[in-house]
Amino acid sequence: MTQLPEQTERKLGLVIDLDTCVGCHACVISCKGWNTENYGAPLSDQDPYGADPSGTFLNRVHSYEVQPEAGPAQLIHFPKSCLHCEDAPCVTVCPTGASYKRVEDGIVLVNESDCIGCGLCAWSCPYGARELDAAAGVMKKCTLCVDRIYNDNLPEEDRIPSCVRTCPAGARHFGDLGDPDSDVSQLVAERGGMDLMPEQGTKPVNKYLPPRPKDTLNDETNILAPLLAPVEQTDGFLGWLDKALEKL
Amino acid sequence: MHPAPSVIAFTTLSGLGFGLLFWLGLGYPNVTGWVAFVLFAIAYLMAVGGLLASTFHLGRPERFLKAFSQWRSSWLSREGICAVAGLIVMAIYGAGLVFLGTSWPLLGAIGAVLSLLTVFTTSMIYAQLKTVARWHTRLTPALFLSLSIAGGALLAGQVAMATALLVLAGIIQMVWWLQGDKAFAQSGTNMATATGLGSIGTVRAFEPPHTGNNYLLNEFVYVVGRKHATKLRMISLVLMIGLPVLLLLAPFAHLFALLAVLSHLIGVIISRWLFFAQAEHVVGLYYGKR
Amino acid sequence: MAYQQPDLDTSPKVSDEIRKTTCYMCACRCGINVHMKDGKLAYIEGNRDHPVNKGVLCAKGSAGIMQVNAPSRLRSPLKRVGPRGSGEFEEISWDEALGIATDWLKPIRKNNPEKLAFFTGRDQSQSFTSFWAQNFGTPNYAAHGGFCSVNMAAAGIYTMGGAFWEFGQPDWDHTKLFMLFGVAEDHDSNPIKMGISKIKARGARVIGVNPIRTGYNAVADDWVGITPGTDGLFILALIHELMKAGKIDLDYLARYTNAPVLLNSDPDSPEYGLFLRDDDDKPLVVDRDTGALTAFDKPGVRPDLSGTYRHAGVTHRPVFHMMAERYLDPSYAPEAVADRCGIPAEKIKTIAFELARVAFEEAFELDREWTDFRGETHKTMTGRPVSFHAMRGISAHANGFQTCRALHVLQTLLGTVEAPGGFRFKPPYPKPATAHPKPHCGVSPDSPLDGPHLGFVQGPEDLALKPDGSPARIDKAFTWDNPMSSHGLMHMVISNAHAGDPYKIDTLFMYMANMSWNSSMNTGGVMEMLTDKDDNGDYVIPHIIYSDAYSSEMVAYADLILPDATYLERHDCISLLDRPICEADAAADAIRWPVIEPDRDVRGFQSVLCDLGARLELPGFTNDDGSAKYADYADYIVNHERKPGIGPLAGFRGDGSDVGRGDVNPDQLDRYIENGSFFASHIPEEASYFKPWNMAYQDWAVGMGLFDTPQPYLFQLYVEPMRKFQIAAEGHGERQPPDHLRDQIKSKMDPLPIWYETDQQGNDGYTISALTQRPMAMYHSWGSQNAWLRQLHGHNPLYMPTRLMREKGLSDGDWARVSSPHGEITVPVMEMAALNDNTVWTWNAIGKRKGTWALDKDAPEATKGFLLNHLIHELLPPKGDGLRWANSDPITGQAAWFDLKVKIEKAEDQRESQPVFDSIKSPVAS
Ligand SMILES: Nc1nc2c(c(=O)[nH]1)N[C@H]1C(S)=C(S)[C@@H](COP(=O)(O)OP(=O)(O)OC[C@H]3O[C@@H](n4cnc5c(=O)[nH]c(N)nc54)[C@H](O)[C@@H]3O)O[C@H]1N2
Ligand SMILES: Nc1nc2c(c(=O)[nH]1)N[C@H]1C(S)=C(S)[C@@H](COP(=O)(O)OP(=O)(O)OC[C@H]3O[C@@H](n4cnc5c(=O)[nH]c(N)nc54)[C@H](O)[C@@H]3O)O[C@H]1N2
Ligand code: SF4
Ligand code: SF4
Ligand code: SF4
Ligand code: SF4
Ligand code: SF4
Ligand SMILES: [Mo]
Repeated sequence: MTQLPEQTERKLGLVIDLDTCVGCHACVISCKGWNTENYGAPLSDQDPYGADPSGTFLNRVHSYEVQPEAGPAQLIHFPKSCLHCEDAPCVTVCPTGASYKRVEDGIVLVNESDCIGCGLCAWSCPYGARELDAAAGVMKKCTLCVDRIYNDNLPEEDRIPSCVRTCPAGARHFGDLGDPDSDVSQLVAERGGMDLMPEQGTKPVNKYLPPRPKDTLNDETNILAPLLAPVEQTDGFLGWLDKALEKL
Repeated sequence: MHPAPSVIAFTTLSGLGFGLLFWLGLGYPNVTGWVAFVLFAIAYLMAVGGLLASTFHLGRPERFLKAFSQWRSSWLSREGICAVAGLIVMAIYGAGLVFLGTSWPLLGAIGAVLSLLTVFTTSMIYAQLKTVARWHTRLTPALFLSLSIAGGALLAGQVAMATALLVLAGIIQMVWWLQGDKAFAQSGTNMATATGLGSIGTVRAFEPPHTGNNYLLNEFVYVVGRKHATKLRMISLVLMIGLPVLLLLAPFAHLFALLAVLSHLIGVIISRWLFFAQAEHVVGLYYGKR
Repeated sequence: MAYQQPDLDTSPKVSDEIRKTTCYMCACRCGINVHMKDGKLAYIEGNRDHPVNKGVLCAKGSAGIMQVNAPSRLRSPLKRVGPRGSGEFEEISWDEALGIATDWLKPIRKNNPEKLAFFTGRDQSQSFTSFWAQNFGTPNYAAHGGFCSVNMAAAGIYTMGGAFWEFGQPDWDHTKLFMLFGVAEDHDSNPIKMGISKIKARGARVIGVNPIRTGYNAVADDWVGITPGTDGLFILALIHELMKAGKIDLDYLARYTNAPVLLNSDPDSPEYGLFLRDDDDKPLVVDRDTGALTAFDKPGVRPDLSGTYRHAGVTHRPVFHMMAERYLDPSYAPEAVADRCGIPAEKIKTIAFELARVAFEEAFELDREWTDFRGETHKTMTGRPVSFHAMRGISAHANGFQTCRALHVLQTLLGTVEAPGGFRFKPPYPKPATAHPKPHCGVSPDSPLDGPHLGFVQGPEDLALKPDGSPARIDKAFTWDNPMSSHGLMHMVISNAHAGDPYKIDTLFMYMANMSWNSSMNTGGVMEMLTDKDDNGDYVIPHIIYSDAYSSEMVAYADLILPDATYLERHDCISLLDRPICEADAAADAIRWPVIEPDRDVRGFQSVLCDLGARLELPGFTNDDGSAKYADYADYIVNHERKPGIGPLAGFRGDGSDVGRGDVNPDQLDRYIENGSFFASHIPEEASYFKPWNMAYQDWAVGMGLFDTPQPYLFQLYVEPMRKFQIAAEGHGERQPPDHLRDQIKSKMDPLPIWYETDQQGNDGYTISALTQRPMAMYHSWGSQNAWLRQLHGHNPLYMPTRLMREKGLSDGDWARVSSPHGEITVPVMEMAALNDNTVWTWNAIGKRKGTWALDKDAPEATKGFLLNHLIHELLPPKGDGLRWANSDPITGQAAWFDLKVKIEKAEDQRESQPVFDSIKSPVAS
C-alpha cells in the first residue's frame, strides 16, 4: 500500500491546456460539487457566511503574470489538482497506508477510513494537491473522479472527470498518458506538454500544454504590408472604384 | 511551515527524553532505586509527553495505531515503531534498575540505540522532504541527534560530555542555519519550474486562486514573525547552548544545573519554532510566497 | 509482498433522479441536469443536449445548489416597520401583501396610470412584464437594458438588424480571425468560451482589444491594450486603411447594404442627407446595368456604388461616396490616431493587413445554393472568415453608440456579416429597426397604454413627448436628450422620481434590480433619494414595492417586499417573444419549472403579477366575468396568445407537433420537461447564412411566426433616422429640440459613424481611467451569498499598472485614496503588469453593504470589498452652464460607466475600505 506499485497498467491523468484556460473556475466548483456528494467525506467549508470563510477544494485555479523580455506582459490562468505522480512521495511517506497508488490505472487515492490526518502526505507534495478536511479530519485530494470514470450508472460519454466534463473552454483533457497513441499523449507530443517541478523527481502523470507564442502579429508586419498598398491615386478612390466595379 | 505548538512540543520534548534515555541506557549515570526512578520518570514524561503532543496534530488521533503499519517506506511509521520499541526496552531495563537494583547492560545498550534511532527517524520525517529545502539535508539528522544527545547529557548530569556535545550541537545548528538560508535558492525549484512558464519570461503570481483562506496557506505558507528570525536565532543559541555551557563551566550547583536545563529547553523550543517558521515549502511558490 | 490495495466501488449510485431545467445563475440560460437524492438537490451538471451549453457548465451554474440553500433567501412577504433603509420589517401574509399593493395601485390606475413606475431590472420575462405594464396603462416601464448595453443593442439593430450581445454570434466553425472588443464575460458566457476553444483548436487567431488582459484577453493570441474610450477612433483607422487599399467587399456592399442608396447632397435642401425614395417610399439606387433609377429591391437590379444622379435640380450621391470622402481623410490615418488610442500606428496597420488577408485571401466557398431577395440564385455561399464580437467595453461609454456603429460598418465593409466564417444572427434576428415597434406613451386613465413602451424611433415624430414637449416618461427615454433610448433609462428613474422631474410619481415598483447598490451610479446619493422626505415628513417617493429573492441591499429601501422563489423553485419562460436561447443554426426557447418546491412562504414573481393583474382588473389578466384569467405563470405560459397561434413558447404547440404557430397545447410544459426544458427548431441549411436577404430563411422565419411576411432589408451603413434628428436640430420640422441640445444633436447624431471624445469638462486633474470587470465566477451581487463562490472572490483589490504603482510609491496590499470629481474611496491596491498603463480596475459588485446577504457584518465583502459606483455620478460634473448633463450616451442614454476618470494617492493603512455605511438590519436573521 504505502509502497508504490512497481508499475501501473495505465497512467490515467489530465492534460491541461494553458493556452485556452480562461480562468473561469468552472472546474473548481464542479469538482467541489461532485466530491461533496461522492467519494469519501464531503468537502467541508468553515465559517461559510462569516468573516473568514475557508474550505476544502481539490482543484484550484491560480493565475500568473509573465513578463517576456520584449512585448507586453501575459496573464496565464493555471488550474492545479493532483498530478497523480508516478513517484508519488505522498504515498511513500504515509504511515498508515491510507495513501496509495492504484495498480490498474495509477490513480493516487486516500483510503479515508485508514487516514489519521497526520498531514505528512500534504507536506511531501510539492504541488499543494492535498488538503486536510477540517471537518472530517482526513486528507482529501483529487480522485481523478475514480467514481465516475468506471461508473456503470453514468452514460458512457459521462465517464470522465467532472472537471473535464464541465470545462467550457475545453482546456482539460483526460486519458491514458501511458499509451503513446492515446489522444492525450498525442496532444502532449504535439504541443510540447510539460511537467511541473521536474526536479522534484515526482514524475507527474498530468501534463501541462504551454501557452502558444503570443503577440506575434507585429512580427508579420512586413510580410503583410503589400496587402494594404493604397489603390492607384491618379484618378482617386472613385476612379479605382469604377474600375473595381467593372471587374465584378 | 506553520509552527504548530504540538509539533514543536513533540520534537523538543521527545528529543530530550530519548536523549536522556540514551544516556541512561548506556549507564550514565549509573544509578539505581529512587534516583533511577526519578531520572527515568523525567525521560518518560518527556518522551511520551512529546509523542502524545504529536497526536494533537492528527485529524483522527483515535486511529493512531494504524500508523505503525508502514515501516517499509514511511519514516513516521518507523519512528512510531522505534519509539515504542525503545520505550518498552528501556522500561524493562529501567525496571531492573529501579526495582531490582540490577543493570542489564546489553538491554540498556539496545534501548540506547533504539532511543537514538527514534530521534533519527523523527529527524528523517523532515529531512526526507524534498519539498522543504531547508530540511532536506543530512545535517538535519545531525542536528536532531546532536541536540538530543547533548540535552540528554545535560539532563543526565554528564557535565563534561554535555559541555562538549552542546558546543558541537551549537556548531551544527549554526551551520544548519547558514546552509538552510541558501537551500531554497540552491534547490533548483522556483517560480519558473513550478509553473513551467519560465521560458516565456519572468513569472509573477497574480491573483490567488481564492481570496478565502485554505489549508495549504495555513499549513505551508507561514510568514508571521520571520522578520525577527536573526534575533530569535541569537536568543535561541544563547539559551540553548551558551548559557548552559557557562553554567556547566561554573562550579556545580543544583540551581545552576536546573537553570541550565531550563535555559536549554527554552532555547531548543525557540530553535524548533524557527525550524518550522523559517521552513519554506515549495508550494508557496504557487502563491507567490515562500 | 504482493502489492495490495483496498477494494473500491467504482460504480456507486449517482442519484435517484435527474430533473432537467434551465440555469439562472446568470442570464446565459444554460441547460442543467439537476441530480436529486432523497428528494433533495445533490449535484448540478450541464445538459449535453442543450443548444446553449452542450453539457458544459460554468462555476456559477455548478454552485447553484449553494444558492438555493443560502441563508439569505427571503422567507415571507415583508412590510416595512422601521424607517426606510433600516431593514426593519415584519413578516406578513401574501393576502395582506397583495392587498396593500392593490390598495396603492388601484387608485393610480383609475386616475393617473403614469404615477406607477414599473422597472424590472435583470428580467428574463420582459414580454410578460411589459404586457402587464401595458395593461396597467403606465408609460413608465423598462428593464435594465438602458444601464447595461443599449448602445450595443441599438447600434446593432439600427445598422444591421441585430447586434452582438444576445442577438448573434461568430461562426465559430469557420472563422479564422476573431477580434474581441471590450468583453470580460458577456451574457453568452459559456458559448463564448466554447467558441474560443473551438477556434484555438483550429489554430485560428484571436485578437483581444481591451485595456485589461485577463480572461478571454489573456488567451488571445494578440492583445491590444487600448486607451479606454478610443475604440471608435481605432476602428475608423482600420476602415481608413482598408478603404485606402480597396480591401473591401464591393459586391457585398452593393447588394446588401445601403452603400449604393442615393442621398440628397444639396446642403440647402430641407431633405439634405435623406434618401431619394420612390412613391412606395423605397430607397432608390442606380442600376449599374441600365443606369436607371430603381428601387433597391427590384429583381435583377445591380445597385451602383459609384454613379450619382441629378433629380429635381439636386445631386444625389450614393452613401458610399460620402463614406469614401469621410474615411479616406488623413485625420483617420493610423498615424493620426495612434497616440490617442495608445496603439502604435504600425500595429494598427498590421491589424488592418491581417483583417484584409484573412477576409480576402482566406475566403472560401460553402457548397450551398441559395436565392436572394432580388430573385438571384447563388451557386455557393462565399465565406469571409473574419469575425468580431464586442460588448460593454465599447458600449458603456458616452460615445458607445457611434463606436458600436463603427464596428458594424467595419464588419460590413469586409463583407463578413452573415457570411460563412463571419458573424451570424440568432433568430428572431435579423430584424431591422423598422420591423420593431415604435415607442408608445399614450396614457388614458383606467385603460391600457396605446402600444408597447419600447421600440425604435424613426425620427422626431416618434419621440415620447407630451403635447407640451415635456418628457412623457419618468426616465426621459425617447426625448431630445437621448432620442434613440430603445431600452429606457432605468438608472435615471430614482433620481428623476426624487426630483419630480418631469413629474412626480406615487409608486415605484421594481423587480430584480439592486438599485440601492451595485446597479446604481452615485450609490450613496441614491440611498438618500430613496429615504428623503418632503416638508410634510412623507417620503418623496411615496411607495416602493420590490421583488427580490434574496436579502439584497435594495430590500431595505422598499416598503413592501414580494419575495420571489429561486430559479429551481418556479416556472419561467425564456421566450422567442423577448430574448430566447437561440443559436445561429436554430430557433430555441426554454422553460424553468419547480424541480424543488419552496420551503418558505415565497411565490414566483410572475405568478404574483398574474394575481395582482386580476386584483387590479387589468384586461389582459381578467376574464369577462371578472375572474382571474391565469391561475399562475405556468397557466399564462401555456394559454396566453400574443396573436392567434403565437404564444410565449414556440415548441410543441397544437397537438404537440406544431412549431412556432399552433393552437394552445395544455400538455406543452410537460413536453418541454420531457425534452430537457427546451425546444429547438433547426434552420434549413440553405437558409443558414445571408439570412437578411436569403428567401429560404425569410420563409422559414414566417413559418416560425417570427414575422408575418418576409422582411428582407439592407444594412444601414448610413442611418437615415439620425439625419432626421439633425435636420430638426438645424431648425426644420415641427418638433424642435430645446436650444441647449441643438449642438449636441447636430454633432453627435451623425448618420455615419464618428468618434468624439467623451465630455471631459470638470475632469481636470482626473486623468486615470477606472474600470470594472465581471468575474467569471460571480454574477453581479448575487454570488456573495454563495458559500462556494464567495471563497473565490471575497474581496476585490484595485488593480493598478506597474507604472502607476511606482509613480505613487505603492506596493501590493497598500491602500490608496481614489477620487473622482464626484467622490472618494479608499481601497487596497494590487499591481498588474498586463494592463494599459493609465488604467486601473476592479471586479464588479464584490463589495457588499454590512448586514446584507445574510453575511457576517465583518465579512470581507463588507470590510475590504468596495464598489467603484461611489465615484460615478449619473450626472457629469457641473460645467457652469447652469445645467447638469447626464453621464450617458447622448444618442441612447446608455449609462457611461466606463468614462470614469480618477486620481490616486497613497493612503495610510485602513481597517476597512472607505466609505463605510451603517449596517442594515437583516430581514432574514433568525
Ligand atoms: N461599477 C459598475 N456598476 C455596474 C456595472 C459595471 O460594469 N460597473 N454594470 C451594470 C450592469 S450592465 C448591470 S446589468 C447592473 C446589474 O445590477 P443589478 O441589476 O442590480 O444586478 P444583480 O446584482 O444581479 O441584482 C439584481 C437583484 O436581483 C436579485 N435576484 C436574484 N435572483 C432573483 C430571482 O430569482 N428573483 C428575484 N425577484 N430577484 C432575484 C438579486 O438578489 C439582486 O438583488 O449593474 C450595473 N452596475
Ligand atoms: N460571470 C458573469 N457573467 C455576466 C455578468 C456577471 O455579473 N458575471 N453580467 C452579465 C451582464 S448584466 C452583462 S451586461 C454582461 C457584460 O459583459 P461584458 O461586456 O463582458 O462586461 P464587463 O465585465 O463589464 O466587461 C467590460 C470589458 O470592457 C473592457 N473595457 C472597458 N472600457 C473599454 C474600452 O474603452 N475599450 C475596450 N476595448 N474595452 C474596454 C473592460 O476592461 C472589460 O474587460 O455580462 C453578463 N455576464
Ligand atoms: S501531485 Fe502531490 S498528491 Fe498528487 S500524486 Fe503527486 S505528490 Fe501525490
Ligand atoms: S494524512 Fe492520512 S493519507 Fe496523509 S500521510 Fe497521514 S495518514 Fe496518510
Ligand atoms: S478529476 Fe475529479 S477530483 Fe480531480 S480535480 Fe477533476 S473533478 Fe476534481
Ligand atoms: S474550467 Fe477550464 S477554462 Fe475554466 S478554469 Fe478550469 S480549466 Fe480553465
Ligand atoms: S453561464 Fe453559468 S450561470 Fe450562466 S446560465 Fe450558464 S451555467 Fe448558469
Ligand atoms: Mo448588464
